[in-house]
Amino acid sequence: MSRRGDWVYENNGGTCVAIAGADYCVVAADTRLSTGYSIYTRDYSKICKLADKCVLASSGFQGDIKALQKNLSARHLIYQHQHNKQMSCPAMAQLLSNTLYYKRFFPYYAFNVLGGLDNEGKGCVFTYDAVGSYERVGYSSQGSGSTLIMPVLDNQLKSPSPLLLPAKDSVTPLSEMEAVDLVKDVFASATERDIYTGDKLEIVIINASGIRHEFMELRKD
Amino acid sequence: MAKVDADLPPKGGFSFDLCRRNEMLVKKGVTLPGFRKTGTTIVGLVFQDGVVLGADTRATEGPIVADKNCEKIHYMAPNIYCCGAGTAADTEAVTDMVSSQLQLHRYSTGRESRVVTALTLLKSHLFSYQGYVSAALVLGGVDVTGPHLHTVYPHGSTDTLPFATMGSGSLAAMAVFESKYREGLTREEGINLVAEAICSGIFNDLGSGSNVDVCVITKGKTEYLRNHLLPNPRTYVSSKGYSFVKGHTEVLSTKIIPLTEKEKVEVAAEGDAMEE
Repeated sequence: MSRRGDWVYENNGGTCVAIAGADYCVVAADTRLSTGYSIYTRDYSKICKLADKCVLASSGFQGDIKALQKNLSARHLIYQHQHNKQMSCPAMAQLLSNTLYYKRFFPYYAFNVLGGLDNEGKGCVFTYDAVGSYERVGYSSQGSGSTLIMPVLDNQLKSPSPLLLPAKDSVTPLSEMEAVDLVKDVFASATERDIYTGDKLEIVIINASGIRHEFMELRKD
Repeated sequence: MAKVDADLPPKGGFSFDLCRRNEMLVKKGVTLPGFRKTGTTIVGLVFQDGVVLGADTRATEGPIVADKNCEKIHYMAPNIYCCGAGTAADTEAVTDMVSSQLQLHRYSTGRESRVVTALTLLKSHLFSYQGYVSAALVLGGVDVTGPHLHTVYPHGSTDTLPFATMGSGSLAAMAVFESKYREGLTREEGINLVAEAICSGIFNDLGSGSNVDVCVITKGKTEYLRNHLLPNPRTYVSSKGYSFVKGHTEVLSTKIIPLTEKEKVEVAAEGDAMEE
């Protein structure tokens, strides 16, 4: 029985961004974990590697995020045993959606962005709400600073309407280096104005040669 | 005569005209907008020959930083300053009001203002509004009776202390004071301790941030050290600037309505009429 009468969640803040390119995907999140006016820790990773070409960045309630990540990792392990291969990013996207919707009336308080490479090696980003509605997009932002970041991404990377026929490619025209530069800049800007974003930026870059991690310092106030 | 009185604006005080209307709207489920509350760290301490006041410079509106470099140390008199936390409009209004009352008092007495005078004016105003004027203050100054430091709470209660902190970062700042304050600090030590306490608030309290403002008041001299420390520079600037290309928003249709001249304006022939 769910306890929907009283508020069982906490908002631990944080911001996630993902950008898909022709042959890469950049996923980034800050590492601040906080609540109210206090910081729990300045070094908590919001990014979880689910498969070789698939990472998940989540903000919201840390307890639910952790549970969700464990659930997905376990499901991925079973998949590997049954099929003797890694799950593809679009498959993981559908699994995440199902997992979220399964708890439709007592949701995971988690706002997710899933990034990686699809079966053709093209960058892909999937963006979600807390109860499993999802969409494949060229870029996305979720979390406390998303309202500050999303308009900038829209301006710089505007993707074609998903309603167009025939369907247009949603990946962004930027090179990998330019995308990383843009991500660093939007986070530096969001940190200036959002009190729940800050401390450190973790960037994960996925391309044909594998997964690469990068870190950048953010304001600590 | 009675009608003339009714038309005159009231002499000072607040207007409560809309209170009944707002109460009715709230009952109908309308949520009223909030005010700019400064999540704040403000501190003060007494040292060897005066007082040091300190404040951060962040003003917030919910989770958003409204002002990255605002002033929270307010002028009261040449020898008295006051740090404010709470609703920004209240701290500003209340300190402005009292500072002008102090100025008038100096004109009529010809003497330097005393800190207790400011304290009494502040607390009597705040008490009469029963905490609705949400100003939490740290008042400091040096007068003929020596250095003084006080805290004032929104309901009008006051404290007299050798060191004080207020605002959402008060616990973080007080932790520093409690471990390091002692009697008879020098000027340098005083400034450094205040700056350290403010920094503690800036880094550990999300409602406080940006820079450190300090104000040092000694007998016959006041130094306002605006942005004494700048511990939070921007961490990354993009290597290239941004271009905002025209046509990012698709134009679906265009219609131009030309301005038409509706009235003829007669220009007087003699240009000299207006000249001296």
